[in-house]
Order: sequence, then C-alpha cells, then structure tokens
Amino acid sequence: MKRDAKPETKYFQSPVSRQEDPRLLTGNGRYLDDVDMPGALHAAFVRSAYAHATINGIDASAARTMDGVVAVYAAKDLAPHLASLRLPLGFPEGQLPDHVMNYVLTPNEAVHVGEALAVVVARSRAIAEDAVDAVLVDYTPLPAVVDAREVLDPKTPMSRLEINTNRYKTLDFGYGDCEPAFKNAAHVFKQELSIHRGLGSSMEGRGVLARFDPSTSEMTVWSSTQMSHELSHTIAHMLRLEENQVRVIAPDVGGAFGAKYLVYPEEIAIAAAAKMLAKPVKWVEDRREHFIAAIHERDQFWSLEIALDANAHILGVRGRLVHDQGAYAPHSYNVPYNAGTTLPGPYIIPNYKLEVVLAQTNKVPVIPVRGAGYPQSNFAMERLMDCAARELGLDRTEIRRRNLIPADRMPYITPLKNRAGTPIVYDSGDYLLAQTTALTAAGYGEFPARQIEARKRGKYIGIGIAQAVKGTGRGPFESARVRVSANGRVAVFTGALEMGQGIKTSLAQICADELGVSMDRVDVVAGDTGQVGYGLGGFASRQAITAGSSTLLAAREVKARAIKVGAHALGVPEVDLEIRAGEVCKKDSDETGIPLGKIASQLRGLPGYAFPPDVEVGLEATSMFRIDAMAYANAFHVCEVAVDIDTGGVEIQRYVAVQDCGKLINPKIAAGQVHGSIAHGIGNALFEWIGYNSEGQPITTTFADYLLPTACDVPHLEIIWLETPSPINPLGIKGAAEAGIVCVGSAIASAVENALEPFKVRIADLPITPVRLLELIDQGSGAAMAASENGTASPAR
Amino acid sequence: MSTHSVSLKINGSSVTAEVEDRTSLADFLRHGQRLTGTHLGCEHGVCGACTVLVDGRTARSCLMLAAQADGREVCTVESLGSPEALHPLQQAFWDHHGLQCGFCTSGILMTLVELLRENASPDEATVRAALSGNLCRCTGYQNIVAAALDAAAQLRALEKTA
Amino acid sequence: MKPSPFTYHRPDSVGQALELLAAQPNARILAGGQSLMAMLNLRLASPEHLIDIGRIPGLAGISEEPDAIVIGAMTRQRDIERSALIAQHLPLLTQAIAHVGHQQTRNWGTVGGSLCHLDPTAEIPAVAMACDATLTVQSRRGLRVIAMADFPLAMMTPNIEADEMLVAIRFPKWPAKHGAGFAEFARRHGDFSIAAAAALVALDTAGNIARVSLTISGVAPTPLRLATAEQALAGKSPTPALLQGAAAALDAIDVMDDPFYPAWYRKRIATTVLGRALIGAVNAAQEKA
Repeated sequence: MKRDAKPETKYFQSPVSRQEDPRLLTGNGRYLDDVDMPGALHAAFVRSAYAHATINGIDASAARTMDGVVAVYAAKDLAPHLASLRLPLGFPEGQLPDHVMNYVLTPNEAVHVGEALAVVVARSRAIAEDAVDAVLVDYTPLPAVVDAREVLDPKTPMSRLEINTNRYKTLDFGYGDCEPAFKNAAHVFKQELSIHRGLGSSMEGRGVLARFDPSTSEMTVWSSTQMSHELSHTIAHMLRLEENQVRVIAPDVGGAFGAKYLVYPEEIAIAAAAKMLAKPVKWVEDRREHFIAAIHERDQFWSLEIALDANAHILGVRGRLVHDQGAYAPHSYNVPYNAGTTLPGPYIIPNYKLEVVLAQTNKVPVIPVRGAGYPQSNFAMERLMDCAARELGLDRTEIRRRNLIPADRMPYITPLKNRAGTPIVYDSGDYLLAQTTALTAAGYGEFPARQIEARKRGKYIGIGIAQAVKGTGRGPFESARVRVSANGRVAVFTGALEMGQGIKTSLAQICADELGVSMDRVDVVAGDTGQVGYGLGGFASRQAITAGSSTLLAAREVKARAIKVGAHALGVPEVDLEIRAGEVCKKDSDETGIPLGKIASQLRGLPGYAFPPDVEVGLEATSMFRIDAMAYANAFHVCEVAVDIDTGGVEIQRYVAVQDCGKLINPKIAAGQVHGSIAHGIGNALFEWIGYNSEGQPITTTFADYLLPTACDVPHLEIIWLETPSPINPLGIKGAAEAGIVCVGSAIASAVENALEPFKVRIADLPITPVRLLELIDQGSGAAMAASENGTASPAR
Repeated sequence: MSTHSVSLKINGSSVTAEVEDRTSLADFLRHGQRLTGTHLGCEHGVCGACTVLVDGRTARSCLMLAAQADGREVCTVESLGSPEALHPLQQAFWDHHGLQCGFCTSGILMTLVELLRENASPDEATVRAALSGNLCRCTGYQNIVAAALDAAAQLRALEKTA
Repeated sequence: MKPSPFTYHRPDSVGQALELLAAQPNARILAGGQSLMAMLNLRLASPEHLIDIGRIPGLAGISEEPDAIVIGAMTRQRDIERSALIAQHLPLLTQAIAHVGHQQTRNWGTVGGSLCHLDPTAEIPAVAMACDATLTVQSRRGLRVIAMADFPLAMMTPNIEADEMLVAIRFPKWPAKHGAGFAEFARRHGDFSIAAAAALVALDTAGNIARVSLTISGVAPTPLRLATAEQALAGKSPTPALLQGAAAALDAIDVMDDPFYPAWYRKRIATTVLGRALIGAVNAAQEKA
C-alpha cells in the first residue's frame, strides 16, 4: 500500500517515496548475481601475486583437466579474439601514452597485486576457484614502487619495464604570479599534508554476465556498471562486433561510488569468453577481489604554502601535489586535475601555482571515488586556512569570511579552466550565508565555554568547521526518451544509471509533473543500451541535472505533441488545453478529455487511415540536454568531537551540515545522499585505510582490516538546506550525490585539533588514527614514550 | 564432489534437497532455492548482508553450511511481506527512505526482526548497537534508525490492538 | 570466496566424532563456524574433512557444581550472555561476552570454538585465563584435563592433539562478594579488540585485596596472567596509586608488533584497559562489601 499516492500532485521538490522500494524491500531486487541464466558457466580470475613481476609462463594444464573446468584463458588465448589486448583509451588521444591503459589479461608484466592474468570458466564458482589455485604462474619478482613520493627520486626503480620514468606526467596549474606575492607577503605558512588511499566499497561488488548468440552475433551483457553505453561500445570494439549487435543492461546495482565507473578488464574477458564458448558466462566479484582489483582513490601528498597580507587576505597559494595514480591511468588524470583546479574552493585567491606529479606506482589504479579529488584538495585548503587562523590569532571562521567569494560576485569566473578548456565558473552560491547558518545552528559561539568546562573534568572536546564547493552535473549530456504507450503508461528510457541514488524516482517525478500524469503511471528504465541509443551514465553528481533536464524537455515535447493532436481532435486552440490525470482536456472544464494512450495509439498510425496533421509519428520524444558548465553546490559543516587521550579514540558527538544543492527534486532522496556522503567522509577521516607493505602486498583485503563506519560510528546528522537555484539548467538544481563528502575530513580534522589544542596537536594526515593521535599527544605533552626512551623521536608519517 | 541430503523448512515450507558439502546456506538459498533476496557482500562474516533467521536467531548465512541447516527452520526476507502487503518494518523503511541501493537491506531487516522481537521499545542507541553488525555504504544509517524506531512504534500499537 | 572441497560429517555422538577425528588426518571440528567458516571461505585453511559437532547431545549446557560452573564446549555465546547462573557466579564472563562480535555471531559462536581458535585478542580465552579455568578434552584414548595456563602453546595453537576434541570447560567460582572488571578498546563496536583486560578482586574484611587475578590479551600471542602484578597487589589497600602501579607488569612483556598497531601502542592500550578493568573490579567488590 502506498501511503502517498495522490494523482495530480506537484511532485517536483516533494519528498515522495521511491517507486523502486517495495520490490527491493521484499527481496525482489535483481542484482547481477540474481540474474537467472540457465546453462551459465562461472568464472574466476588468476590474479598476480606480486606487485611487480615478469610473467615467464602460465601453466594451466592441471587446471584444465579438473572435473567441471570448461576453459582457462590467458592473454595469448584471448588475443586472437580481441581487437587489442589493451583496453582502448578512455580519454582523448595525446593526454597520456597508450600504455597507461590496462590489459584485458596481462601478458608479460604484472604491475599490481590483483591484476588479472588468466580467467577460468567452470561449472561453478567454487570449481573455478579450485582451478585458479591449480594454475601455476612462473614469476620473476621485480622491485615495486609503493610510496608515491619515491617517484621523485630518479634512482627509484621503474614501476614498469617499458617506461623510463615513474611519472605519468607533470601537470601545472596556476595563474597570476606567486613570486612577488609571496616575497611581499606579511605572512607565509607551510603545510605538509596527506590523504590516504580508500576505495568505493559498495556492498555489492562488481559483476558481469555475458551471453552471445553465434547465429545472430548478438552479445547481451548484464553488468553492475555505472556506464552501460561506454561498456557497450568498448565490447563492440574489442570483440569486433557492430555497435548494434551489443546490448548492455544494468540490473539493480548495489551501490557503486565510482568503483563501477570504468570499463574493466574483467568485463571484456567475460564477454570474450562467452563469445568463444558460445555459452553464457558469469563473473561475480568477491570482496577480496574488490580490494585488489576494483579502483582506489584518495592517495595524495601535498606540500603547500599560503601567503597572506596583514589583514589575513590570501595573496597566493602554491606548492606541489604528488598524486598516487597507481599502476594504470584508465581515466587519464581526472582525479588530480580535479584536485588541482578545486584547491581554491570558495575563496578568492589572486595568485596560484600548483605542480602536480602523477606518480606511477605498483598498486591498484586510481579513478574517481565519491568526491573525485575534491575531498583531497578541500583538506589541503582547509588545513591551510586553519593553520593561518591559528598563527594569526584569528577565529577560523573569521579568516574564511575575509576570503570568501561574496554572493554578489556570482557567477564567479575563476581563472582556472576545466579539462575541456573552458573557464571554471561558479554559477551560484552564497558561501557566507552557508557559514552563518551553520554556525548559528551549531551554537558555535557557545562552544568555548563548554570546552573549558569539559577540560576541567579531564575531557577533551573540540569543534571544527570546514567549507566546500563541488562541481556537479558534468556534461556533455545525458539522454531521456519519453514514450507513452497505448495503455496510457509513460516510460522514460535513459542512459542514466540507478545505483541507489533514486534517479528513477526523480525522473518519474519530473516526467509526471510535466506530463500531468500520476507518478505511479510512469516507469523509468535506466542503463539499458537497447532502449536508448546514447548515454554516459552515473558519476560526478550529474544525473539529476543532465538526465533530469532531458526528461523535462522530452516530456515537454510529448506534452506539446499530445496537445496538438488533442486540439485538432477537439477543435479547440492548443492554449485552451492541458493534460490532467492522463487526459488532454479543456482547462476549466469537466468534459472528458482524450486519454494519452489513445493519442499514442493514433500516432502509431493505421495504414490507409488519416494521420493527425502536422505531428511526428509516435507519442514520444528524445532529448539529450547539452551542458558543459558545471553547477556548483556548496556546503559548510560544523563538527563536535570528543577525544579519549588514553586511547586516541575519536567520537563524533554532533554534526551539522549546511548544504546548498539548488532546488531539490526530492528532499528525502537528497538528504539520503548527504547522509551517505558524510558517512563515507567519516570513514575516510577516521577509519578507512588501504594498506600496502613495502613490497606492494595489500594488507587490507577484508572488512575486518578495512574499516567502514558502522551505525555506532556515524552520529545523527543535522542537515540544513539552503537553496540558491542554478541558473544554468532548466530545473535550477545541483547534484547532491557528492556535495556532502567534500569537507567532512577537513571538519573532523579541525575539530580534533581544537580538542587537543592543549597538546598542540596538528592534524596533517587522513585518516586520523588513534595510533597517530597518541603519537601527536605525546610529542605535544613531552611525555616519555617507549620510542623516545631509545633516544629516537616518533617517525612522522 | 561430496554431497548431503538436507530437509529443512524455508519460510514455512518444507524443502528437501541434495547439497554439495561446501555450499553455504547463502548460496543454497540464492541459487538452489532461487530466493535471491539474501545477498552476499563479503563472505567472511562481517558485512551482515547475508543475515537470515535460523531457528528464529539471526545468522550470517555465508558462515553456515547448507548442510548445517538440516532439520532447522530458516526465514529469509521473502517471508516478511510482499509488495502488496508490506511488513511494518518494510513500510517504515519505505516511508523513511531507509534504503538506497537496497543491497544491505534484507540483512538489516532480519536483524531488526530479531531486535524488535526481543526488545519492543529500543532507544536509538540500542538500535544502532544492534545494527553495528550490518554495514551500509549508502545511507549513513540515519533513515534506517528512524525507520526502525517508527516500525517499533507501529508494532507496539498493533500489539495493543491485538 | 568459496572454500576448497571437503567432506562434511555430522556425527551424533562424541564417540563417532572421535572416530572420525582419529581416522581423518586433515580434519577440523566445526562448532559454531563463526571463525572457521570465514577462514575456509578465505582459503586460509583447507581441511579435507569437516566434523560438525553441533548436534551431539550433551555438549552444550551450563551447569553448577558447588565450587564451579561447568560449560559445555558447544554452548552458544548467546546463551552465556543471557544466563542468570553465569551472571551470578561468573560476572566477568557476562561482562566480557558483550564484547564478543555481534549478536548474529554470538547466536552461533561457541565458547569451545573461541577457546580452540585462540585469537590473541579474543575475550573468552582471556576470561578463562583469568578464572584459572580447566579444559577437558576427549579422545578415543580417554579424557585429559588441562589448566588454561597450559592450554595455549603458541599463537592460535591450543594444547589439543589432532585426535582430541574439547568437550567442557570448568570455571572455578570466586567468593560471592568478589568484583569483576572487564575492559577493552576496539576501533568499532564489536570489532576484535586491540587489547583487553580481565580483573577479579576479592577484598578481605578490612577492605584490602585478599585475592586478585589480572589477565591481559592483545599484547602477546596468547592471553597472559600478570602474576607479578597480582603478587604486588595481594594484601594491600586498593588505593588509586597502587592500582595504577599494576601496569608496571606490562614492562616485562615483549609486546607484539604488527603493521596496524605498533608494540608501543598496544602497550599503551593495555595499560589503559588494565587500569579500567582493575578499578572496575575493585569498585564492584567494594559495592558488594
């Protein structure tokens, strides 16, 4: 029973419950592994045991003889069936050399633990895993590059034999002239900062099921993916099929967060195997594989300086970022590019210079995970601001106020350019209002007295703040095809992908509003390349803006067409008509109208009979709303923590988040996105740490070692919405999927420093671990430690 | 390949099947019985996505062999309700947006079924502690907690009128 | 992550189980499965035979003797958690069991399983050590009773032969008015602890420490009794200074080091939890006095 089924309700900006939920709640979801395919075989991969090694040979003879094993393919077995062993460039030519792309199966040189070397296809996954254990790989181990900073030393061995530098590239960002700015500055402060590796860690891992029909050469692929169209084109290209012969269907996707935003080697290998065997082949990633073969992100080292005048106005920011890109760069340098162009954040920074070193290391490749480089740059900038505030004796909020881009300067054209070469423009936002709203709600002014009281009782509490902007709605487009059926139901087909963020319900809301039908008559089909010809998928908080706008425009066109037909049929002017309860009818009249379904039937045509004049065939329209500029969401967070100085444990006691995501299609869904983003941010701030030992062996490969925040670690979050509508899309919206994560680490770091001010603790690294906190507390309080009893100070990490 | 015959009750129905010795209860439910509402998130007993009730007690079905469930009663999320007739917990999750991708949801629902059976009036801290063995990456838990508290109230009200 | 192939056996008597154990060289006992099945799924262990003792009558249960509580090896942790008998006579175990995993794992995990798994940070072995428990193992050759102090041979290596099976654990009672304190520090609720401490204190009529047991886990491959600290506390008045001084016993331990928690940190946590457990035990004893 749906409690809020109300016909003719305005849905936009309404917290309607999601259409997909009853199915998902009752165990009727169809995630990849639930897709039933009789006769399907199951795959498992042989993965590199070394971070860096030559592969002298792969002996699958024993594996091939095992009962239930159908095939074992290494690179040389797949090569004749593929257009190339390497995946095609995922970015424009010339940005980086071809060798930055992964192989479908690596032939000669493994460059990270977990890299796929061979695929076993068997009657069951268990048998496939048995066979994987029986495959013998002859490795010659080579030195591995593990810490990204090692690439700065030319004597470091190469992370790959075919290269002569461990730097993919060096990027330079900047404008103005930092030299005189710094030379003449009243104050210059430095920071050495780091953010550690984390990953998407969706609760459902990756998975792909491929079925090939040799008689028609049609390949159908189900994949738990964020980008069905890209996958479809790539499969067609790699398997030398026509684009129209390949169909990719995204089933229910159990979360993604960037982990599924790549055409992966495994997807191509499975499709190839299905083609070679002419049998359906399914691969479902297990958790260990997700840790060693699904993309990572976050790993960065920043060396920065900030120059300020006597009134704490920023004169310049400069420095270097060493970005750990991992062993491959399948999305080129979009994460460090984001980090480099977003460092200025919401502040006016007259001079800027950042050198970005893209380090090639023997670890899992890096592409965007929720936040896409913004959390890193935000941490860097916000730490600089806190540092400057402290050194200058200013309140942390005051120094920000003096440097924020004021609301009356919107749209603010920053001197930086996006990857397409066009200026980065903050379209709208009132950063000062976000700050004052948050500080009032959080009782910021009353906190110092509470802190003093707490310290008297031996308790260390602190308050932290941070401010962020996030570009959303990355173009160039997303598709929507709105089609009315003969029974009056409306379908929206979109290249957008549903992965939990409620895009289907959001699009149904928009379509229902525009078409004047009840939402429960709208079905949204997402991520099926067979239903809509073009699409880009879900990433960069883009789908509400792009697919939402396309849905709006397509629905508008359908409405216009229906009214045109209705006007002709009813003999009244179009302006006198509207669509109400699924019918084209006269405004201000109770007369029965013409059901949309009937118009849809008419527009299918009846051979030999008149077709309505001046309209196209079909009650449907497709829109690919084009947009290149991004809509900038912004946020201000205030966080209270309590630190246990005996254990280094941090508890978040209060969290206030002011979020401006423009108009909200669905406030309930938008709040859910912010909750999840902040929780992920708490994970990166306190818990999540992908570990590699000095040989490049991953040491966090289970949920016992890689700590996700639980219900006891995420406090109740107080979300306050501000709305500065975006002027650059028809709905006035901004993406909500990532805006909550950007400044979480910064706010928590700010709070922990505030709590531990008596010990002069300075937080320069994320995650903030209890071990590190005790080290810092001990250094600050001059207490004797076991380490310092040896005469050595604690190593800085 | 070593197999055993098992006879058990699943969602109230008697089932007899031949299972491979190493097949987990989770895989038996999902593939042997086509009850795909129970999900596998880690297969090492931490994430809780695979949580079902065995003899009325929550169990991580990835850590139990199908063979171990012989003679027992298993309840999965499919026993709670249907899209046309939702269990109060499911209705509360729907109303409060307590799920996003839905992958962890069935495990969380089964955990809450046990919690609310043992404690009809939990406070927020108790709910969060009960949920600490179920990982969610999407929701930040907030709406799940709100849904659980609402469902508890609904169930108490139903008890009163019963 | 599927286990390597094995043959599953479900004996209905101890005798049958022991026959199987003796006959199959590469066999593991399957009790609650909460630790073992994770290891099998991760292929960290590949036994060829799994002997499920979960349906053998008489292996689970909590019974009271005049001087002890006897717990069958297959007793589920959840039943320990809810046992009034345990709460009354072994309050330390009741306190500790709340920290063992999560409800879903306590429903099926067993006392015996935890003891035989002997994770260095596990709570139940620490409590057994604190209580001077004795463990009864059985084989076709008969019964053998082992003091908990002699049970851990090395990290995760119990004093059990390949053909033996743990059947019962005997926890001697402490005086009725004793105080128990258990403290641990873990990153998240229900996680493996970094270090845990178990303290038992009995006071004499003058309020001095008549008897004390101090156990620390997480600093060494096996849980350790802090005998020197116990001796230093015996007979003394439980002042804050005295209690804090107990941590000096940790100096003698060669604390474990690993990539996640360096030795100095484990030692610091151990110091903290030891203090909290001991103070908790003293407070509880004083309240009952």
